[in-house]
Amino acid sequence: MRGFRVWGLVPAWSLMLGTLMVPLIIVAMVSVADRGTYGGFDWAFNLLSYREILFSEDWDGNLAFDPKYLGIIGRTLLLATATTAICMILSLPVAYVIATRSPRMKALLIYLVTLPFWVSMIVRVYAWLIILGNDGIVGRFWHWIGGEGTLLFTPGAMLVGMVYSYIPLMVLPVFAAIEKLDPALLEAGADLYASRWTTARRVILPLTWPGLAAGAVLVFVPALGTVLEPMLLGGGKQMMMGTLIQTQFGGGRNWPFGAAVALVLLAMVVIVLVLNARRAMHRETRA
Amino acid sequence: MTRGKAVEVFKVSKSFGNFQALDDVSFTIHENEFFTLLGPSGCGKTTLLRMIAGFETPTEGAIVLFGEEIEDLPAHKRHVNTVFQSYALFPHMTLEQNIAFGLENLGWDKARRQARVAEMLELVHMTPFAKRRPDQLSGGQRQRIALARALAPEPKVLLLDEPLSALDLKLRQAMRNELRALQRQTGITFIFVTHDQEEALDMSDRICVLGQGQIQQIGTPSEIYEEPVNRFVAAFIGESNFLDAEVTALDGERARIRTPLGLEITAAHKGLTDTGPATMSLRPEKIGLEEQAVGNVMTGTVRARNYMGGYTHYVVETAGVELRVSRRNGLSQAESYPVGQEVRLGFRDDSVRILAQ
Repeated sequence: MRGFRVWGLVPAWSLMLGTLMVPLIIVAMVSVADRGTYGGFDWAFNLLSYREILFSEDWDGNLAFDPKYLGIIGRTLLLATATTAICMILSLPVAYVIATRSPRMKALLIYLVTLPFWVSMIVRVYAWLIILGNDGIVGRFWHWIGGEGTLLFTPGAMLVGMVYSYIPLMVLPVFAAIEKLDPALLEAGADLYASRWTTARRVILPLTWPGLAAGAVLVFVPALGTVLEPMLLGGGKQMMMGTLIQTQFGGGRNWPFGAAVALVLLAMVVIVLVLNARRAMHRETRA
Repeated sequence: MTRGKAVEVFKVSKSFGNFQALDDVSFTIHENEFFTLLGPSGCGKTTLLRMIAGFETPTEGAIVLFGEEIEDLPAHKRHVNTVFQSYALFPHMTLEQNIAFGLENLGWDKARRQARVAEMLELVHMTPFAKRRPDQLSGGQRQRIALARALAPEPKVLLLDEPLSALDLKLRQAMRNELRALQRQTGITFIFVTHDQEEALDMSDRICVLGQGQIQQIGTPSEIYEEPVNRFVAAFIGESNFLDAEVTALDGERARIRTPLGLEITAAHKGLTDTGPATMSLRPEKIGLEEQAVGNVMTGTVRARNYMGGYTHYVVETAGVELRVSRRNGLSQAESYPVGQEVRLGFRDDSVRILAQ
């Protein structure tokens, strides 16, 4: 029994170490390495890549503060926040409608919400390229109401694509929270003279807050590192952290810098997760 | 004493798909009345309550609250409040906040709200718990807060949906008295839904017995028990011996029947229009054994005996008919009749109720 306790955990530990820890350590090591002359990297230990995030060096070796990459980080945060906020607002009524249907209808609607996950991400993003394009249904409507230019390759197009991609991750936990609500509570709200709106604000919202918070983490974290939507729908015009990292390992041929930006992104994700865990713990102790 | 009409239900029907939950139901509830809707599950009593609250709309008919037709008024605009079966306290609010919720929506100012919340907490003896949350309370305490929350906005009518069913027996009995006292104290009309006949008999001014979506009988507790109008009511409230009988003569109130006990009895009847087959109903406690055997006296044999503490239930066979007999255990413990013993038994004509079949 005791032997099993030790040896039985070997597969789990090797998976954790082999697929999570080791690659992470390699990325960390690359981030402190020297940039290789023809791409790749040479083993070393320096923090030049991290310095590059904040400072730029001219030909004479003078360092100057450069907010170029901070701007990218800020824009990434803004896009992820906007995506999360829009997903939250849209998912509440959607989840409410699903939760109040008959069991059969519920199962069907949940299936429909998760259906896009069964299609390749790239295909789905390309679909939006077509929909928003000048010959697409939304693009035509845009011109019909007198809009000019193209809808594609704008921050708006990027946002639409991101909300579309991530909203199932918000709808599911919010649905779970709303479904747990005792319907008598909504009746109690109405019974005590609360309009539908007041009941939504004072009863439904506070009680579905844990679901919204869980959904927010699920959406915000992948939205931070998103690559496809900025590249395809944003036309690559606006650099995001995800695309920045991708170009450093690709065309930019600056692996150490790419690794450094990736670790900054990881740090941001960890901060979000820690904040969320603390909020959840706070809730537990108060209850 | 003439009292105003609090709730009038006119020819109300409700169907869910093919299921007819209520069929042409009409009655009037007076002001300051403790009115109980009693019936087995599925009889439509909760549906009726929910229609008065505004959670369901009648398929047909009208509901009038203090002279005002309310079918088109949404629940949050009806001046009635509900005590829910599950209590439905808001788990994210303190007890104070729960009680104040309705008052805030009605636009009461803060000072008036606080005074009312304090008054309500006092009324249900929960003042020390004001800052707690519902999940820190016992079932009985939650029940009291649900009451306080529903009474706080001074509703014209208080609706109670099986509020005692989640409590244990002792607490249930204590809460019965508290509820009755609260109703007297506040003077508010209570409409109480229950399937528990004892609760209904104990607390109500009047009881409406519902069965299969229809009103079976409306009356005071003793009318319902002593003078049931049909077999459904006689069987649902209390116990009774039902025997097939033959009506040989009848007038407006009384009928003469021939019974399988070999007796002819003259007793009050209900719903009979002609001579012919009828049902004779006789409550077990109306049959006396040995020294208590009066009226129509027969001999019989004890076939079963169940000792219940305060009572002993017997099954006595006489003239080929098994009769249930209930006997209060008296001062002496010795008076008990074992199975197989011959006993004298008797009942008076006026203990019998004759019902249509």
